Amino acid sequence: MVSFMGATASRRLELVGITKAYPGCIANDRVEMTVKPGEIHALVGENGAGKSTLMKIIYGVVKPDAGQLIWNDRETLIEGPAHARRLGMGMVFQHFSLFQTLTVTENIALYLPRQEYGSLRRLRDRILSVGEAYGLDINPDRHVHTLSVGEQQRVEIVRCLLQEIQLLILDEPTAVLTPGEVTHLVKVLKQLASEGCSILFISHKLEEVRTLCDRATILRGGRVTGSCTPAETTSEQISRMMLGDDLHIEKSMGVGAPGDDSLSLEGVSVSPGGAFAIALHSIDLTLRAGEITGIAGVAGNGQDELVDLINGELAPDAGKLLLDGRDMTAEGVLARRRAGLATVHADRLGRGSIGAMSLTENRLLTAYVTDSDAHGFLHWRPLTERTRELIQNYQVKASGPDDTAASLSGGNLQKFIIGREIAQAPKVLVCFYPTWGVDVGSANRIHVELARLRDEGTAILILTEDLDELYLLCDRVGAICGGQLSPLKPGHEVSMETLGQWMAGTFSAPQTQGVQNAH
Amino acid sequence: MRIEARPTPSPTMRYLSPLLALGLTLITGAAIFSALGKAPLASLHAFFIEPVSTVYGLSELFVKVTPLLLCATGLTLCFRAKVWNIGAEGQFVFGALIAGAVSLQLADHQGFWVLPVVIASGVLAGMAWAGIAALLLTRFRAHEILTTIMLNYIAIQLLLWSVHGPLKSPSGYNFPESELFSPQTLLPTLWGQYRVTIAIFIALLMLAVVWTVLNRTLLGYQTRVMGENRQAARFAGFNGNRLIWVLLLFSGGMAGMAGVSEVNGPVGQLTTNLALGYGYTAIIIVFMGRMHPLGVLLASLLLGLTYLGGENAQMTLGLPKSITGVFQGLLLFFLLACDFLISHRIVLTPMRGHRPSNTSTREVTSS
Repeated sequence: MVSFMGATASRRLELVGITKAYPGCIANDRVEMTVKPGEIHALVGENGAGKSTLMKIIYGVVKPDAGQLIWNDRETLIEGPAHARRLGMGMVFQHFSLFQTLTVTENIALYLPRQEYGSLRRLRDRILSVGEAYGLDINPDRHVHTLSVGEQQRVEIVRCLLQEIQLLILDEPTAVLTPGEVTHLVKVLKQLASEGCSILFISHKLEEVRTLCDRATILRGGRVTGSCTPAETTSEQISRMMLGDDLHIEKSMGVGAPGDDSLSLEGVSVSPGGAFAIALHSIDLTLRAGEITGIAGVAGNGQDELVDLINGELAPDAGKLLLDGRDMTAEGVLARRRAGLATVHADRLGRGSIGAMSLTENRLLTAYVTDSDAHGFLHWRPLTERTRELIQNYQVKASGPDDTAASLSGGNLQKFIIGREIAQAPKVLVCFYPTWGVDVGSANRIHVELARLRDEGTAILILTEDLDELYLLCDRVGAICGGQLSPLKPGHEVSMETLGQWMAGTFSAPQTQGVQNAH
Repeated sequence: MRIEARPTPSPTMRYLSPLLALGLTLITGAAIFSALGKAPLASLHAFFIEPVSTVYGLSELFVKVTPLLLCATGLTLCFRAKVWNIGAEGQFVFGALIAGAVSLQLADHQGFWVLPVVIASGVLAGMAWAGIAALLLTRFRAHEILTTIMLNYIAIQLLLWSVHGPLKSPSGYNFPESELFSPQTLLPTLWGQYRVTIAIFIALLMLAVVWTVLNRTLLGYQTRVMGENRQAARFAGFNGNRLIWVLLLFSGGMAGMAGVSEVNGPVGQLTTNLALGYGYTAIIIVFMGRMHPLGVLLASLLLGLTYLGGENAQMTLGLPKSITGVFQGLLLFFLLACDFLISHRIVLTPMRGHRPSNTSTREVTSS
C-alpha cells in the first residue's frame, strides 16, 4: 500500500519561507518546517493561526505568494490537488469533500483516476480490505448522507489509504472520534509511519499531540513560534507558544442548580428515515433548568436523529415532547424556537450557517424569529449593529459583519453560531458537538459561556464525543448507542469505564460494577 | 494555457459574463450574416439599431418588453429560491385565455369595474396554472421543471381548442380567432398612436416590489436562504412548502398579467399564435440579468430587441423570422459558457521546456 519511492529522501517535505497573504491578513508569514520520512508531525495553533492555509498550500489547493516547497529533496511546484496526489500526498479536510447523494464506493471512485480502480466492484473490495486492514469499518454501499460525521471521516481516511501514500495530511482527525476510535486511529497512523509514510497532523488536543507525534511545529498569527519534540515538552509550554503568555484557561465550570423540567421526551420512538438511518427506541430524557446534561456516544448511534427530533425536523412515531410543560410533539421548528428552544447543529456549514452569506444574514438564520418587524420587514442597520456586537462579545476573528460565513475558520464560525443562539436567551439549548474542530482558547471560551448560560437558568443538552468536555461541563451524563439512551447519572457517579460500557450499549453498568467487586 | 478552479467565485466575472456573452453573440451573429451572403455590419445594424432608431420603434420595444418584464419579474423571485418554474409560458397562455374569455363575456358591459375584473381573471388564471405545479411539488414531490413544462403544452392546446371551438368568432370567416375585444376591456395605451399600454408601469412597479421583497423583507431573505441551502432553511424552521406556494403563485400571477398585457393590449383578441415564447425568453432574461431586478430590466430591453430585430431582419434583409430564436439561443449559449468563468479561470502558462526553472521538479542542492 505504501510506496517507498521516497524512502531514500532525507526530508519528505520541507517548507522554506512560505508566505501567503489574503486581503487584510497574512495567513502564512515566512513559514519554515521540515517533515522527515516516517515522522508523525503535529501542526498546532489557534484558529486563524494559518494552519489550514499552510495545509492547503502543501496540498496544492492554494498557491503561496513566496517560498519554496521541497518534496523528497526536490524543489516542487504543486500544481493542484491532483498533482499532489500523484506525488503521493493524501489529505483529510476538516470539512469533508464528499457527495451526499452518492455511495461510499462512488465517492471514492470519483476521487481516483479510472485506470487506478478498474471497476466499482473491484474498488468496493479494496475499500473493504483496506478498511479491515486498518480497522476502519465502513459499509461501501451506504450513501454518504446517511453517514454520521465520524463515519464520513473514516471514508475520507480510507480514500487516502487506497493510493500509494507518502504523506498523509489530517486536519483535526480525532475531533469526532470516541476514545476507542482515537486509540484505533493512533494505531493506524503509527502503522503507516512505520511503513515510511509521513503524517502531518493538525490537532488542538495537546495531550494527544504529546503521546502521538514525533515533532510539532507551532503557529501563531501566521508565523512559526516554535517547534519541539512534544514528548519532552509539557502541554503548558506548547499552549504558551500557541497562544502567547497572556491566555487564561478557565479550568472549573462550577455545577448547576437544577430547577424545573424544561424539556421532556417521554417514550419517544422514531423509525429510521433512510435505509441506513438509526431508529430511536423509546427515549426518556428530561432536561432541567439550570443544569447541563451530557450524552456521549460513538458517531452514528442516533445523535443526528435525536437532534433533529428535538429541533422539530423529525416527527416521532410514538411518545411525547414537552417544552416547559407544553405538549409540543406536533409542533415544528419555528413553534419550538418561539417557545425558547435553540439548537446548535454539528453540521456548521451545512445547516448552522450559509457559506456564501454575510455574518449579518447568518445571524438572522435563527434570530429571524425575533428580528423582523410585525410586517415581515427587515431593518439592516440594527441587524448589522447586533451582529457587530456578537462578533465583539464572542471574540470572533472576522473583519466585520459583512464577512461571509465561509471565510471564517471552523472555530470562529462555531463561536459565532453559539453566540448567536445564546444571545437569544433560550430556555433550552441543544449543542451537538459544541467544540468540534475548535482550538483550546475558543473551546474554553465556549465552555465558559455555556456555564454562564446554565447559571442563568437555561437547560442545556450537550452531545459530544469529547469525554473531557463531558465531565468538565455536565451535571448529569449518559450515552447513546444504537438509538437507545443509557440512564443519566451525576457525572461524579459515572466512571469513565462505565461510560465506555454505556457507549458500547451495555446499560446495566452499576450492577456490573457490583458483581465485579464481589469477585 | 489551462483552466483551473478559482478558490472563490469571482464577483467581477458574475457581472462581466453577460457582457462577454453579448459580445460573442454579436461576433457570431455577424459571421452568420456573412455566411448567408449579407453584409455583416449592415445586418447587425438592421437587427439591433434600426428597429429602435425612431420613436415608434422605441415604443414598439416597450410593447415587447412589457410581457417579457412581467414574466421575468415573477421568475426572478422563484429562481432565487432555486424553484425552477419553466412554466411562465403556460401561465402566460392560460392567463391570456381566461382574461380573453372574460373580456368576450363582458363585451357588452360598461363601467370602471370591467377592466379590473379582466386583469384579475388573467392574474388568477396564471396563479391557478402555477398552483397545479405547486400542488404537485409540495404534495407529491413531483419536480417543478417537468410539471411546469408539461403544463405549458396543455395550456397551449387549451388555447388552440378554444379558438377553434367555443370562442371562435362567428363572423370570422371560420378563422381560428375570437372576436375583437370591446374597447372597455382593453388596457389603455399611454399616448397617441403608440401601442404601449399602462401594463409597462405595472411591470416596473412589480420589479420595484420584487427588489424590496428580496432585500428588505423576511420573505425575501427566506427565499434567498432556500436558494443557497435548503437544509439550513429546514433547520432554521422556514416553511419550505409555504414558500414554494408563495413563489410559484406569485410568478404564475405575474405571467398571467403578462398574458393580459398582450391579449388585452396590442393583440386585442384571442388567436392561435399568442404563444411567442415570452415565457421562455423570460428565463434567459432572468439569468442574463443575474437574478437582480436592475439586471433583469436591462436584459429585458436586450431580449425585447431581439424580437424587433427579427421582424426588421425579415423585412429589410429577407431573412426568416426565426433569426430571433437564433440570437436568443446564441445569447443563452454564450452566457452559460461564460458563466463557467465565474467559478474557473484560464491561466496562461509559459511553454514547457523553454524555462526549466518553472517546470514542476528540479534538483536542489542540499543546504
